[in-house]
Amino acid sequence: MSTRIRVLIAKPGLDGHDRGAKVLARALRDAGMEVIYTGIRRTPEEIVEAAIQEDVDLIGLSILSGAHKKLCQKILNLLKEKEADIPVILGGIIPEEDIPELKEMGIIEIFTPGASLKEIIEKVKDIAMGRKV
Amino acid sequence: MFEREKIHVIEKSKKEWEEKKVERTLSRFPERKKEFVTSYEDEIERLYTPLDIKNLDYIKDLGFPGEYPFTRGVQPTMYRGKLWTMRQYAGFGSAEESNKRYKYLLEQGQTGLSIAFDLPTQIGFDSDDPMSEGEVGKVGVAIDSLKDMEILFDGIPLDKVSVSMTINSTAMILLAMLMTVAKKQGVPYEKLRGTIQNDILKEYMARGTYIFPPKESMKLIVDIFDYGSKNLPKFNLISISGYHIREAGANAVQEIAFTLADGIAYVEAAVKAGLDPNEFGTNLSFFFNAHNNFLEEVAKFRAARKLWARIMKERFGVTNESAMKLKFHTQTAGSTLTAQQPLNNIIRVTIQALAAVLGGTQSLHTNSYDEALGLPTEQSVTVALRTQQIIAHEMGVSETVDALAGSFAIEKLTLDIEEKAQKYLEKIDEIGGMVNAIEAGYPQKEILNSAYKAQQRIENKEQIIVGVNEYNSDKTEKIDILKVDEEQEEKQIEKLKNLKNQRNNSKTEESLTRLKKAATNGDNLFPYIIECVENYSTVGEITNILKEVYGEYRESTTI
Repeated sequence: MSTRIRVLIAKPGLDGHDRGAKVLARALRDAGMEVIYTGIRRTPEEIVEAAIQEDVDLIGLSILSGAHKKLCQKILNLLKEKEADIPVILGGIIPEEDIPELKEMGIIEIFTPGASLKEIIEKVKDIAMGRKV
Repeated sequence: MFEREKIHVIEKSKKEWEEKKVERTLSRFPERKKEFVTSYEDEIERLYTPLDIKNLDYIKDLGFPGEYPFTRGVQPTMYRGKLWTMRQYAGFGSAEESNKRYKYLLEQGQTGLSIAFDLPTQIGFDSDDPMSEGEVGKVGVAIDSLKDMEILFDGIPLDKVSVSMTINSTAMILLAMLMTVAKKQGVPYEKLRGTIQNDILKEYMARGTYIFPPKESMKLIVDIFDYGSKNLPKFNLISISGYHIREAGANAVQEIAFTLADGIAYVEAAVKAGLDPNEFGTNLSFFFNAHNNFLEEVAKFRAARKLWARIMKERFGVTNESAMKLKFHTQTAGSTLTAQQPLNNIIRVTIQALAAVLGGTQSLHTNSYDEALGLPTEQSVTVALRTQQIIAHEMGVSETVDALAGSFAIEKLTLDIEEKAQKYLEKIDEIGGMVNAIEAGYPQKEILNSAYKAQQRIENKEQIIVGVNEYNSDKTEKIDILKVDEEQEEKQIEKLKNLKNQRNNSKTEESLTRLKKAATNGDNLFPYIIECVENYSTVGEITNILKEVYGEYRESTTI
């Protein structure tokens, strides 16, 4: 098994604003990780399928359209169904009050506007290395 | 602009000033930063003087407002005659809710409407499509059929209020709906005023609401130009948009270069289809971003006007002066708003709006202070609209035309941006035009590089963002956030079901069949789409027919 951290960055739903996702993907790659970016408008099924096939250590979702609750729940359910134990983090415009519910659902970490790349990279490393151990 | 002898004296004096004054000051007090740079990473000079604009020819490079090359504005008297249109982008939830918000904004003195559609409507999915789950009514209003559109404009006289619609790949369908509502209100097509965004190329580059492959999308746009220039003389048939290109991370030069390159692609396509740029050229409009660097932004608007006038005149041989004018809407930069200390956003928006006004915009949207957190509330959108009204009526900046002209810094930045954008245009010509460049991923890559560098400048604190990487505070400001009713989606699906039971389904089917035949034959689709809309076909049904003929586009992802 490769020691390099493998991450899937995905944009579920219909929103096409992908600046955050792409900038983060590049930053993670510059930090030495292997990054797969799905592109925009992927269904939960496509994302889970890609994550399993690519054997990633972590899935990073980017959602800005307000559809985060439904989309996250779907993705987490599918992962459970497929018995894929892959941690999921989320970034985007996520109202403060939705955060407890999303964490309860099983989203490990949530980053909102203003989060620094450094902070996210550190968190991704921690979570992914935890899974590798 | 200056006599050679005087220039020589200034040059000598400047040198002395640098050697005597500046160096001494620097040795005692070093400057705050090692490098001061523009968004496009040019060094910003400590001081601009006549030396920087010594080759500027007033008549050739600036001229007078309302006169070629329109650097100083597209109308001779600008805001002394008529203020810019205050047009807040709005829409959420159902047609009923959005209709209420529009009436509220008009009561508050807004002078035009700007419709935000939800993502399913923008991408051609009905509210009951599995792809729409969770997205219905979220970032804009949900429109499935003419029925919704009738509710959206209920009590809004379409001969008096101009309507801008941010809609691209499904633009023809939504425009057909607007025209049908107007007809029902007794307003003839010729009187209908407004704008459809209808700029698909930037969707592939920056915003992502494309459906069909680029070439098929371009055909739809040419169809709109063709039918629209004959039937909708007062309507802007496209709003060529740099706004989203900038939001995706482009710098100021890339914003105008890629936008104008898109513009060139549309004009070329239309000319190829036999249309006359002297005619349809007057129905083109643009949409730019007002970002943070105030001077750079003012210069950007001036440079864009000058470049476009030259492109229309020299490249397309346009002789009608109206068709050379770059008219534009501006929105303040959403991506500069912070979720931290949200009230600070009011200040950011104010200064960005001022740049747009001093840059000569024809129409303006000011962002609401809560937009890094959610959709605007009634309170936040009112403050945003009042910001425009205060700038218009209290600050005196609308009393004279292009007030910053002649500033050494502004003129130098205008020249620089023009020159750098011109280089990009040449590069895109080399690649074979914007459609090819997009297919090759060229602008996407340039934009991502700029976005990444901008983020790094923030991480390294070379760029300070108040409340984010400096001057943070543990205290959180409590502000109200607009929540879209989660049950709204079910209600919309219910409405759609009722529609399908009530309409004359065989007539709907017939018009859809005719549309398919027209698409296969390569006919102008506009009359067929109008017929489908009049028979209450849904956005999803119409789009699916076209997907069968045209196929769907999937991006190749580059990071």
